Amino acid sequence: MANASEVLTEGSIVVPRTSSTPPRRYSLADELFKNITRFFAFLVLFLMAAIIVSLFIGALPAIKKFGPGFIGTATWNPVTNVFGGLVPIIGTLLTSAIALLIAVPVSFGIAMFLTEMCPASLKRPLGTTIELLAGIPSIIYGMWGLFVFAPIFSQHAEPWIDSHLGGLPLIGPFFSGPPIGIGVLTAGLILSIMVIPFIAAVMRDVFEVVPPMLKESAYGLGATTWEVVRNIVLPYARVGVVGGIMLGLGRAIGETMAVTFVIGNSHSLHASLLMPGNSIASTLANEFTEAVGKTYTSALIELGLFLFIITFIVLALAKLLLIRLSKMEGKRS
Amino acid sequence: MRERKRELFSIQNRRRAVNLLSQACAILTVCFGLFWLGWILLTLLRYGLPGMSLHLFTELTPPPGSPGGIINALVGTFLIVMLATLLGTPVGILAGTYLAEYGQTGWLAPVTGFVNDILLSAPSIVLGLFVYETYVIWVGHFSGIAGSFALGLLVIPVVVRTTANMLKLVPNRLREAAAALGAPQWKIITMITLKASRAGIITGILLAVARISGETAPLLFTALNNMFWSKLNQPTANLPVMIFDYAMSPYKDWHDLAWAGALLITLSVLGLNILARSFFKQMPLGR
Repeated sequence: MANASEVLTEGSIVVPRTSSTPPRRYSLADELFKNITRFFAFLVLFLMAAIIVSLFIGALPAIKKFGPGFIGTATWNPVTNVFGGLVPIIGTLLTSAIALLIAVPVSFGIAMFLTEMCPASLKRPLGTTIELLAGIPSIIYGMWGLFVFAPIFSQHAEPWIDSHLGGLPLIGPFFSGPPIGIGVLTAGLILSIMVIPFIAAVMRDVFEVVPPMLKESAYGLGATTWEVVRNIVLPYARVGVVGGIMLGLGRAIGETMAVTFVIGNSHSLHASLLMPGNSIASTLANEFTEAVGKTYTSALIELGLFLFIITFIVLALAKLLLIRLSKMEGKRS
Repeated sequence: MRERKRELFSIQNRRRAVNLLSQACAILTVCFGLFWLGWILLTLLRYGLPGMSLHLFTELTPPPGSPGGIINALVGTFLIVMLATLLGTPVGILAGTYLAEYGQTGWLAPVTGFVNDILLSAPSIVLGLFVYETYVIWVGHFSGIAGSFALGLLVIPVVVRTTANMLKLVPNRLREAAAALGAPQWKIITMITLKASRAGIITGILLAVARISGETAPLLFTALNNMFWSKLNQPTANLPVMIFDYAMSPYKDWHDLAWAGALLITLSVLGLNILARSFFKQMPLGR
């Protein structure tokens, strides 16, 4: 608008408006509105900082008392006030690893089916179903895991795992144990079922970024569906696929309810995946409201801080990779 | 013999076989995924449907062994979710507006966008911990309001992201046309671009409501639970924590109530998701 008024006055005898600011009656409201929105954008940033700072302050007594040894200690004893985060940290990493191990290939298959093989009439309904399923509250997965999956798993699957895999050298110790039904392996499996729709939806979106021209050229040269996915889609969307997996990992690491129901909430360290364990989120969910005393509470908050930092790093990496993919998309198309 | 073998494993046959195998695997994975999810939904219907009765919507949560409903948890969840949406939505819309409309220059918009996307997937239990640290300790007791704060923190990133994305979809000629008529920028944004992306923003809000109505973890240390009617500044009964408490209890009739609640919560979350989608489809970006 400033420019418009200058143009009008430029050629005429009237002295041109020298200032580049817009007419006065607009500027005040404009500045006000801009600053209000800027304030709320700052607020989002501030919230993130406040979360980290408040967790750090809450965890300070435990950090002072246990030092860096907190990560490496497996003791968790509210009676003697000695706490170490090893068991929940390992539990979180193990359950997430199991979940990804299953969910990634399955999601890849689903994404491949949806983008390359699916008949057009099925594409939308199936895609929508997967997106809807990603929205089911996690507590439902936990309940189903506890009441339906765990009993069946302990009766039919775990004895088989114990007798067939438990005796093997090297990996044996991980798969031997009593068939309780609840434990780290069960939690990992439930978690994988939960993140499949999530990762599959992201992977499908990423696969669809691949320009049709590239795929059609490959098909035209006689490539099979698999060859197109393997040699065209995957290399092109690699960054995005990794980003999607990381997003799923972030979800899995921070997931509370699906895990709390079935992990067993035990603070003892076992090699076996069939034994009960604990994750950071489930420890918090189970113990926080009942924690007595400053050390206990702040040890729990320190666990929360670890959880937040781990997910922050994972999600930040995921985001950076996805940004790189979208930049690539902009460049090539 | 040798030639036949070579024929059998010729490059073409091998490619065809690999292709068939991979396609079969892809179909299997789809079946695998749908199998579990179908099983979960069927379980939900099987255990939840018998619990559907009028009592569920008229009576308070009972002590174990006596009949009752979950009306206080339903109302509590409704109030907590509504307050959270009212708190989170304006913040989200305004911050999203800044990202899309003023974000072309400066560092604030890209950094906030990045941080916002991390908040979007941040572990919800940590948000509960944060509200406990800053609000619950300060006032000295658990309350429904604290629960709303925690859920509001989940609403903000969802609304910021959808608002920013929708505003960026508004064609620039609309802005230029309005500017050419002499409209100041705040009027262009509030009356043209925000209005044009109204459908998308409402979709985002609905999705956010769907997301928070099933969230349990942030409510554990904030709203807690209550067997009775309560004000929002007291520990407030809410569906997710009730389901958690009752499912973990050893009582059969509490389990039944938990299943009924689980069915209700799933249906409403799915319903909200479908509503959001159909809303968006009906009213595509206003042009």
